[in-house]
Amino acid sequence: MSTQLLTYLFVGSSFALYIGIAIWSRAGSTKDFYVAGGGVHPVVNGMATAADWMSAASFISMAGIISFIGRDGSVYLLGWTGGYVLLALLLAPYLRKFGRFTVPDFIGERYYSQAARIVAVICLIFVSFTYVAGQMRGVGIVFSRFLEVEVTTGVIIGMAVVFMYSVLGGMKGITYTQVAQYCVLIFAYMVPAIFISIMITDNPIPQLGFGAEVNDGSGLSVLDKLDGVLLDLGFSAYTEGSKSTIDVFAITAALMFGTAGLPHVLVRFFTVPKVSDARLSAGYALAFIAILYTTAPAVASFARLNLVDTVHNTAYADAPEWFGNWESTGLIAWQDKNDDGIMQYGAGAALSPSKPSFDGNTGVHGERLLTNEPTSSVNEVYIDRDIMVLANPEIAGLPGWVIALVAAGGVAAALSTAAGLLLVISSAISHDLLKKTLLPKITEKQELLYARIAAAVAVCIAGLFGIYPPAFVAQVVAFAFGLAAASLFPALLLGIFSKRANKEGAIAGMLVGLAFTFTYIAYFKFVAPELNSADHWLWGISPEGIGTIGMLLNFSIAIVVSRLTAEPPQSVQDLVDNIRIPSGAKAAVDH
Amino acid sequence: MSAKSNTDETQETSQADNQKRYWQSNLRLLGKLLFVWFIVSFGCGIILADWLDQFSIFGFKLGFWFAQQGAIYVFVVLIFVYSRQMKSLDRKFGVGDDKGPEEESQL
Repeated sequence: MSTQLLTYLFVGSSFALYIGIAIWSRAGSTKDFYVAGGGVHPVVNGMATAADWMSAASFISMAGIISFIGRDGSVYLLGWTGGYVLLALLLAPYLRKFGRFTVPDFIGERYYSQAARIVAVICLIFVSFTYVAGQMRGVGIVFSRFLEVEVTTGVIIGMAVVFMYSVLGGMKGITYTQVAQYCVLIFAYMVPAIFISIMITDNPIPQLGFGAEVNDGSGLSVLDKLDGVLLDLGFSAYTEGSKSTIDVFAITAALMFGTAGLPHVLVRFFTVPKVSDARLSAGYALAFIAILYTTAPAVASFARLNLVDTVHNTAYADAPEWFGNWESTGLIAWQDKNDDGIMQYGAGAALSPSKPSFDGNTGVHGERLLTNEPTSSVNEVYIDRDIMVLANPEIAGLPGWVIALVAAGGVAAALSTAAGLLLVISSAISHDLLKKTLLPKITEKQELLYARIAAAVAVCIAGLFGIYPPAFVAQVVAFAFGLAAASLFPALLLGIFSKRANKEGAIAGMLVGLAFTFTYIAYFKFVAPELNSADHWLWGISPEGIGTIGMLLNFSIAIVVSRLTAEPPQSVQDLVDNIRIPSGAKAAVDH
Repeated sequence: MSAKSNTDETQETSQADNQKRYWQSNLRLLGKLLFVWFIVSFGCGIILADWLDQFSIFGFKLGFWFAQQGAIYVFVVLIFVYSRQMKSLDRKFGVGDDKGPEEESQL
């Protein structure tokens, strides 16, 4: 069977599975819709959380980014896993004890204020939408490359599937489809990683393989060989960082605290029966996530090594089939600067401007011709970082079914995260905005209807983002974390650990944290991008890491303002006492 | 607790006291675990990484290994340790959630 046919088969049957689960687990009540009835087993919830968390960014882009920036890529590995420790120790058990449906619900009750609730809803929608847009790009890439359909058609198919199970099944449908999606995506990630690890080092465990010796008889370890090869081509060594320590520190912290403050992850812990289950479930979630996250750096180093081996100094006419396949999606390009018909790969941007634009003609060797100006760099090859994981099995020459599996895995990762995000957006709108603020008189049935409508509208908006990606989307996704760290995390943490924290403090803190972080990012990314370099940054901290400073600002302001204003009413202090002990936790209810 | 007698009041204060001591043990545990969390990630993976690189483990430079592998394993262990320790704290102070339904309904 051809790879194309296999891909249709794999992706098609995974879709059939998700829809089947959706029909089987339809939501009958708001409780089913928001928190899956509150009776999810901790291991099941852990697996669903892992799928929810591992997005197209984790599955498709992360190893690619690490592959190209080497050691500096550690910020993503540390940041996106270390946040779970904070989540498990500082937030999840207490929010579970609180036992409501949404994150703004907690903020609204704990800070006895509708204004605080609305601020939280705004932060949530902002964070979640920037994030969901990135997922749709992932779906688009997979469809356009592997199924050779238009990106638009691909996004519409993806949206239709998400629509089926999130609008029908709510959290209940999403939970069980996410379990299936986790299995698909982790299998799809591990199989090629193990194959490639064996091919390069004879060691079947990728986590050990990328420290082991390359089996080419040179006696060098993978990383030493990679360092050497890259230095020869004019890159910096793979295992040496180029970012400043303070910037690495700030970015890692922003990603960690942001992870702990992400509403679509937090809400997953509302679905387990007990407080102790929430703690345990976070452990399982991280264990399931760690399988992929410890494999990713191995995949990254193998992929880079393979890439250099297959591309550098290869005549275009002899280039493997995958090169042409990806070239036709526009994610790879070659410009024969020295007219020798051979591809030279090296440091520096190959093209100016750096993204290729094709003029529609093919050159003498069959390559797609570009309208870009050549740069002074000897590098002739443009490679989009997002393709590394998807192209890896082809680069390594693995069989067609592995390639098809990776395509199904990429789609699973994107869809599972998109569904989780759409659910928190729709519940924030139907529950916090409508039921708790604007239309308190609606019945549960009507609220459920509004939740479904909100989910449907959110699916359509997300689809539009996928089809017409605004230029800034890709850049903004990483900032969702900074914004979550600077706005939601301090309000949640103080709400649990400080009885003195009051509404004035929390609102002031959230607004200042959000405004500061947003302004800093917007200034360097959109207003004055030419100034976006270490010399102009505050204390050498890049926009990616500024959320850490925003968070510290939020904390200081919240604490100081709380001290200067009246302490929270006794009922709220009793509530804090109550969430601090596990006993008496009831299933999430709508009070 | 409808009739306010002396015994009820002592029970109430001792319950509040018990909760306070539970919370303090919880905070101490959090402090220890978060210390480890900080050391393996920001410590070994970032601040001390360059210095640690002179040593090696499984063929990796040690600092690099912490940043791309080791810290993640420690994170997973930390959460399971926390979950276990908290369960025993819950039992010790009688505030756990694994009691029978009759006892729970009183709280």
